[in-house]
Amino acid sequence: MQLDDYEPFVGRGTIDELRLLGARLRERTIATVNSTAVGGGVAEILNRMVPLAREVGVNIRWEVMKGGEDFFALTKRVHNALHGKPDRLSAHDEEVYRETTQRNLADLDLDADVIFVHDPQPAGLVAARRPERGRWAWRCHIDLSAPAPEVWSFLARAVSQYDAAVFSAPQFGRDLRMPQVMITPSIDPLSDKNCELSADEIDKITQALRVPRDKPIITQISRFDHLKDPVGVIDAFRLVRRYNDCRLILAGGSATDDPEGAEVLQQVHERANGDPEIHVLELPPTANREINALQRASTIILQKSLKEGFGLTVSEALWKGKPVIAGAVGGIPLQIKHRYSGILTHTVEGTAFWIKQLLNAPEYARRLGENGREHVRTNFLLTRHLRDYLLLFLFLEHPSERVVEFD
Amino acid sequence: MMIPFHFKTSLHLTLLTGRRARDLAELLEHLRSVPGSAVFYHTHRFLAQHQYLSPEPPNDFAYWVSNVLQEDRLGEQLAALDVVAFSSIRALREAIMSRIEAQLSSGKNLRVAPEGEEFHFREAVTFVLPTPHMARDLREFADCVEQIGFGSLSHHVFEASLRLDRGRNDFSQWLAETLGERGVADAIARLDPYTYTLDGLRREIVRLVRARVGAAA
Repeated sequence: MQLDDYEPFVGRGTIDELRLLGARLRERTIATVNSTAVGGGVAEILNRMVPLAREVGVNIRWEVMKGGEDFFALTKRVHNALHGKPDRLSAHDEEVYRETTQRNLADLDLDADVIFVHDPQPAGLVAARRPERGRWAWRCHIDLSAPAPEVWSFLARAVSQYDAAVFSAPQFGRDLRMPQVMITPSIDPLSDKNCELSADEIDKITQALRVPRDKPIITQISRFDHLKDPVGVIDAFRLVRRYNDCRLILAGGSATDDPEGAEVLQQVHERANGDPEIHVLELPPTANREINALQRASTIILQKSLKEGFGLTVSEALWKGKPVIAGAVGGIPLQIKHRYSGILTHTVEGTAFWIKQLLNAPEYARRLGENGREHVRTNFLLTRHLRDYLLLFLFLEHPSERVVEFD
Repeated sequence: MMIPFHFKTSLHLTLLTGRRARDLAELLEHLRSVPGSAVFYHTHRFLAQHQYLSPEPPNDFAYWVSNVLQEDRLGEQLAALDVVAFSSIRALREAIMSRIEAQLSSGKNLRVAPEGEEFHFREAVTFVLPTPHMARDLREFADCVEQIGFGSLSHHVFEASLRLDRGRNDFSQWLAETLGERGVADAIARLDPYTYTLDGLRREIVRLVRARVGAAA
């Protein structure tokens, strides 16, 4: 992908602004560090972002830290604890983290003007920080609103040495002394999950998934997890169907390796009770075009989460111009302004009420969808994400200024 | 000597302030002491981020007061503030605070935001960069406005009056003072930029300027 490929979505001016910013960073070297080159959201973003940053003239290199199984088992626990699962680290755990950090400090080239580190795994690399060289930013992709206190306190010892921390939503920020920057995540309009699809391809995919398109379709795409409330979605659907004829699709990743997911899936099947108008679809992780087609075939898209990280599936749905009804949790209120670019709800009854409203007022639903798409175009596409990263790199040189004027 | 118009662009990075409000009293308390860049963020930046919506949402404070606290009367008053008409952040901050104070002095019970829907104060760091676009006459000016990015349009139209304390956008200023084109300058100054989409605003400015070029030819 090249930057110009994004011009049809964001316009020439946005592309030119990225090039202007890139020119300001031409003399700098940037090292960005994470813990995996493939798989996972961070690697996916860097795989697209790093080439685009280079294209605008930024001298950026991508370093990947290495660790053994014990290290990654530990950092998986740290990840869950930062999301709020109660846990504490033993002296051995801390030693595993320190040892892996030390080994990587010897192997990685961290000599750069800006060192941009993603998530908890490589956070300890800040031990290499020297006062005379390089500024360090820690990018946290995790919802830190209620972390397990002892695990956060361990990580905070490293994080507090950074020059800036970056969070995805205001409520994820912590009590830290350095500047905290908010950079929301983004979707890529050129990826399989978000690109335009022909009517023919949408038809073929929905047929293959055995979803008739004979009546309005209400869809929720999310893994089978209590926090996404799929059972509540079925309850809301049943309230709607007393008055409106429609179908429901609940589509998410297969739950074969996830005992908790399998239990939720079982509950979903029990609640659906063989209803032919409720389609429960287990999709493989590679089913991006299928998800894209299901969203485009839908009349209304739901994300009835009870707790959410950023909830980027909302932006994915809005990008397809669909009216979205979603729980007012996590990063979702940043993506939807209630009654302007979508609907925010708190209950099963509220969700059912708004589904009926939108089914019965298709013109209003259409306008919400159009507004939602424009909101994503302005605020949640990859080009805005790249712009914010470039601004962050510049900000690190002017941390106390609020207006930075270049000649 | 004629001074050409050099187009600049403003790009914004969002900072978290760590301050949050659960009710009107806390909102007011923070409003007294947050940096001006936070008031700017929740009024002008918020509007710029949503200005293509139809109908457009009001400023961030009004949105939160109406939709989260469900204080409709105050929400309406805050929404009715013509934020682009204020020539300083100080004046805008005082206007917002005085409306909240009036509501608080009415002695009604304070409504509290549901957990997770508190008002989080943010602020903007603004980066101003020169662009290669430059105009020496009306025709070149219209050509440039057709090409510049949103950041540039926003810089010269939305933010100009705050920076310059002149109550006028940069375009009208230059058109009137350098080219002596007071008619088209006034027409642009009378546009309410927040009632247009970005492209709509751009088209309207270009239309006004090209109409003048046509009339002068």
